[in-house]
Amino acid sequence: MDYEFLWRPVFQALPQLLKASLVTIEVSILSMAIGLVIALFLFFARDSNVWFARFFANIWIEIARNTPALFQLFFFKFGLGAIGIIIDSYITVVMALAFNTAGYMAETFRGGFKAIPNSQLNSARSLGMTFVQAQCYVVIPQVLRAVWHPMTNQFIWVMLLTSLGMLVGLRELSGETQFLYSKTFRAFEFFAVTALIYYCIAKLMLLLFRLIAWRLFRGQ
Amino acid sequence: MIEIKDLKKSFGELQVLKGIDLTVNNGEVLSVIGSSGSGKSTLLYCINALEPIDSGSILVDSISVHDKATDVNKLRQKIGMVFQQFNMFPHLTAQENVALAPRKVKKMSKKDAMDLAARQLEHVGLGEKVDSYPSALSGGQQQRVAIARALAMEPSYMLFDEATSALDPELVGEVEDTMRMLAKEGMTMILVTHEINFARDVSDRIAFFHQGRMEEINSPDQLINHPASEHTAKFLSNVR
Ligand SMILES: Nc1ncnc2c1ncn2[C@@H]1O[C@H](COP(=O)(O)OP(=O)(O)OP(=O)(O)O)[C@@H](O)[C@H]1O
Ligand SMILES: [Mg+2]
Repeated sequence: MDYEFLWRPVFQALPQLLKASLVTIEVSILSMAIGLVIALFLFFARDSNVWFARFFANIWIEIARNTPALFQLFFFKFGLGAIGIIIDSYITVVMALAFNTAGYMAETFRGGFKAIPNSQLNSARSLGMTFVQAQCYVVIPQVLRAVWHPMTNQFIWVMLLTSLGMLVGLRELSGETQFLYSKTFRAFEFFAVTALIYYCIAKLMLLLFRLIAWRLFRGQ
Repeated sequence: MIEIKDLKKSFGELQVLKGIDLTVNNGEVLSVIGSSGSGKSTLLYCINALEPIDSGSILVDSISVHDKATDVNKLRQKIGMVFQQFNMFPHLTAQENVALAPRKVKKMSKKDAMDLAARQLEHVGLGEKVDSYPSALSGGQQQRVAIARALAMEPSYMLFDEATSALDPELVGEVEDTMRMLAKEGMTMILVTHEINFARDVSDRIAFFHQGRMEEINSPDQLINHPASEHTAKFLSNVR
């Protein structure tokens, strides 16, 4: 029995797929941005002398890094649902991916901060900057450069992970694809084209990151 | 004026400063010499509160540095510091390095801060290098930028922690010349140094540190030619 490829339904659905791609990109950027900020806090919490902050950060990082991202997503969806907190699937996915990313990036930041000699912080403080100013204007820009490459990878990884959204009913690229193929039964065609779209998004993101890096780090 | 009274400081079990009494007058240049580990750097770090102290007191313009009520960020604006390691901020140009603290700490406008930075770089002889990143500057030039960066906060005091000892020998001169210029302009300075000849030329007094104590303090001529302590004499004969 021969499977006949039929591409027309896919091409007809292209506008919907591209629209869903925007959701994918949006969710990736949001989760990554929130995750990065939390990762910084986790890093400083783990470095602090408040035992509770250290404890909290360690637990977060351990769970984020050592359990499946899918379970983390289900926890936000069903776990919170079970105690009566029902949230929109869009927000659920952003929260879960931000949680996951924060754990990974906190670890990456640790390496990045270690690469910056303490004397940079001391110099900044000796000029009268507060701890926060010294971090923001002197240390973190250097850390950002040190972690740029792993951060780029993490971003692509998060973008691909957004496909988990289809399991909690989010109509991002995968969710939309699933919805469309269930109407036309052209599963292979749909997922082949979707895979190609993911690939293009990933390449575009990489290019974008390279451009930003070029702009930010020129001359150094 | 910097007044240090019975300053004690330990790292864990190790007592690094064992009761230092020292006064540095305005306009004075004091050099601090002594063997490795005698506590010279630690003294400087304590003066601008980069390190906490165990006991005793440090007054800078009558403000107690380690008093909990003291705003150290404000105090540090009075005290410029240049470190042994090259500490230019690598992500900023020379001019941005110098302008950063005036902008963020003194809340100057970007334009005013950049103008000030250009003037300070000119002052240390680096007017040509405003747009250079540290990676394009020699160690000597980087140290001069570090000096300009500290001066841009218009400090009353400058602390130098072996500012030339990480430099290639041929670059030492230009940084020493910059420090000499500051001394001539009347800046109050404490210089930790291993360069005895430079210390003799530039200082009003030299202090010799030995194992956490200030063994001797005197005019350059007295301390170098007629050391009162045998430790001083031994140290001097070793470094020459
Ligand atoms: N952050 C620190 N933690 C623990 N020990 C320290 C620290 N900083 C300095 N020490 C120790 O304190 C002692 C004095 O150090 P310090 O750097 O003040 O000496 P120094 O006179 O500047 O020596 P050098 O000429 O080598 O720079 C040394 O034994 C050093 O190992
Ligand atoms: Mg030292």
